[in-house]
Amino acid sequence: MSSQSLYAAQEPVFPRRVKGKFRNLKWWIMAVTLGIYYLTPWIRWDRGPNLPDQAVLVDMASRRFYFFWIEIWPHEFYFVAGLLIMAGLGLFLFTSALGRVWCGYTCPQTVWTDLFILVERWIEGDRNARVRLYHGEWNIRKWRLRLTKWVVWLAIAVATGGAWVFYFTDAPTLLRDLGNYSAHPVAYGTIAILTATTFLFGGFAREQICIYACPWPRIQAAMMDPDTITVAYRDWRGEERGKKHENKTGDCIDCMACVNVCPMGIDIRDGQQMECITCALCIDACDDVMGKIGKPRGLIDYLALSDEPAERAGTPATPIWKHVLRPRTLLYTAMWVSIGVGLLYALFIRTDLELAVSPVRNPTYVLQSDGAVRNIYDIRLRNKTGDARILHLSLTSDEILRIDLEGRDGLRQLEIPADTTILQRVYVTARPNDAAASLHITDLTFWVEDLDANVRANQATTFNGRE
Amino acid sequence: MSDLKVDEETGVETTGHVWDGIEELNNPLPRWWLWTLYACIVWAIAYSIAYPAWPMLSGATSGVLGYSSRGEVAEDIAAHEAKNQGLVVEFAAVELAALDPASDLNRYAVARGGSVFRAQCSQCHGSGAAGGVGYPNLLDNDWLWGGDMDNITHSIRHGIRNDTDDDARYSEMPAFSEILETEEIDAIVEYVTSLSMPEFDAGMAEMGTVLFQDNCASCHGEKATGDRDLGAPNLADAIWLYGGDREALKYTVENARFGVMPAWGQRLTDADVRAVSVYVHSLGGGE
Repeated sequence: MSSQSLYAAQEPVFPRRVKGKFRNLKWWIMAVTLGIYYLTPWIRWDRGPNLPDQAVLVDMASRRFYFFWIEIWPHEFYFVAGLLIMAGLGLFLFTSALGRVWCGYTCPQTVWTDLFILVERWIEGDRNARVRLYHGEWNIRKWRLRLTKWVVWLAIAVATGGAWVFYFTDAPTLLRDLGNYSAHPVAYGTIAILTATTFLFGGFAREQICIYACPWPRIQAAMMDPDTITVAYRDWRGEERGKKHENKTGDCIDCMACVNVCPMGIDIRDGQQMECITCALCIDACDDVMGKIGKPRGLIDYLALSDEPAERAGTPATPIWKHVLRPRTLLYTAMWVSIGVGLLYALFIRTDLELAVSPVRNPTYVLQSDGAVRNIYDIRLRNKTGDARILHLSLTSDEILRIDLEGRDGLRQLEIPADTTILQRVYVTARPNDAAASLHITDLTFWVEDLDANVRANQATTFNGRE
Repeated sequence: MSDLKVDEETGVETTGHVWDGIEELNNPLPRWWLWTLYACIVWAIAYSIAYPAWPMLSGATSGVLGYSSRGEVAEDIAAHEAKNQGLVVEFAAVELAALDPASDLNRYAVARGGSVFRAQCSQCHGSGAAGGVGYPNLLDNDWLWGGDMDNITHSIRHGIRNDTDDDARYSEMPAFSEILETEEIDAIVEYVTSLSMPEFDAGMAEMGTVLFQDNCASCHGEKATGDRDLGAPNLADAIWLYGGDREALKYTVENARFGVMPAWGQRLTDADVRAVSVYVHSLGGGE
């Protein structure tokens, strides 16, 4: 039998602290993204007395999405779909230009793991101390440090799940309800699930999520090409690696700084790897060492693989912008922009009064006893404002066709409460001798008008006569 | 195992599989992955004990939790009925003719009546209530027995021309083929045609007028406008239950018609009868 085990325990990764411009960038991005995540639900937005005053609110119960001044109704879900498509195209664009920048800087898994590692370092010390602690026996000190760390992680995890639920209902009300245990069970359940996943993924699964659970490393390979800017090791400059006194000629002194700081536990000097999330911490670590030994920075650097032959030969490499601006990225940009412009246009032409007319086709027309012909329409009126409105319904061809509202006793007005859709059945009648009564199809347009606000909407449809 | 190959580069055994010169390393699987697999197996066993899972010759194991999706639906229905309980009580007490069309109660009644209609009435009157030959169109403003709420409810509850209910509406036209000559019937048909059609034979219609007054006016009225108390249709309007062309009219006069509707009061709950009345009244022809 084989000498090695079929199953291996996880190799823990103990990333060392690192300083540098990419590390600073990551700190800033962490602060901004976490700030957005935790604070957004608390921004207030006055929409009037009948609508919620939360700037960003996904109101599942009333089926409304509020995003600052934009209110999205279920039938306008294409806005959300469009934004998701833009997010996808944006990811393609960034991946083809800069590799896995999403993974390295803004992916929630990366951001929270970074935060958890920060906590770990505060409590247990830097890499060497953590390695010692890991291998040490379970004494009181180890228990104390581990428990402290887990408690802080749990607190962050609870806050993570806790912030999520505020996007779905009024935040201050929910916070109060959560406090006195009267919130909806779904809120507690969501917090519990997100707490568990954050604690587990940020604390224990970390790089395992990126390697095993996330499909993105596999997909990204299709979006990168030799012009993509990725984190790479200039082996033509670094090799033969080793200490100076060993008579090695390369710049790499094999100090392992790049390996020790890597949150994925890989050695970038082995070349491009699926595990690499291009967070660039190895660049910071190597640049620091190069500075200390008096060599130029950039032994490990963001570079395009297509530059390798030129760099090896010592000739100038292609400028970065030429790598970034190439047909592939321009195409992604064009697609991204055109969808964005389309969405903006749709947003711009939207009104807060809408009318949808569905002719009842079962039957297409009803003959009345005096020979008149009647058509039935179901009219959906949407009042998207925060105030009740009185709407007047009419037709373009009032003199030929008569309009009656079901259950309104001849009245053509109806009141729609704030932020509401109403369904109104409407009868349109053609007098016996009018053309519309005998023509197969007559065009007609419904108008709805708010006389107070002078806002109108219309929809064209058809009238079916006796065939 | 005969010959273990070890990859020189990594020092790891290979599985012996080679594709295009690429060899597969036999790297160990992560231990946590193994434990996750074990946990899933335990979960699957527990699940198949707790819930219906194993197919048997007839049906399946029921599971110790006693769960069934049918039971879940029954719970949902019970929950909705409990939610509507207030409306049900209110609806039982309300005077239908006085029901406010804009009220929640009316919406409830129309929705409930609509579903009853589609289940019980659409077979004859059509899913859109437009009826057909011999089955009245409920969307127009022509009513044999009256189109106000009370008349509609009465027709639905007791039915038309059935022997099962003493209060059923009943009208019967004689088959005139046994009473009149064919020529006389043709004259009556021509007279009836003249009431609503522009083209007719004036001489025949003239003769039909007299015959109509003698034979038909007692039920259909002197001006042929019908009589709702007798269920006699208006013959002067544009609506025909069995067709308004000469051929159909002649058949009707000769043989008479005898449409039957069940007494729904015997089959539906009182609330369902009332709800379907509200629904029919709301279709646009209600008076």
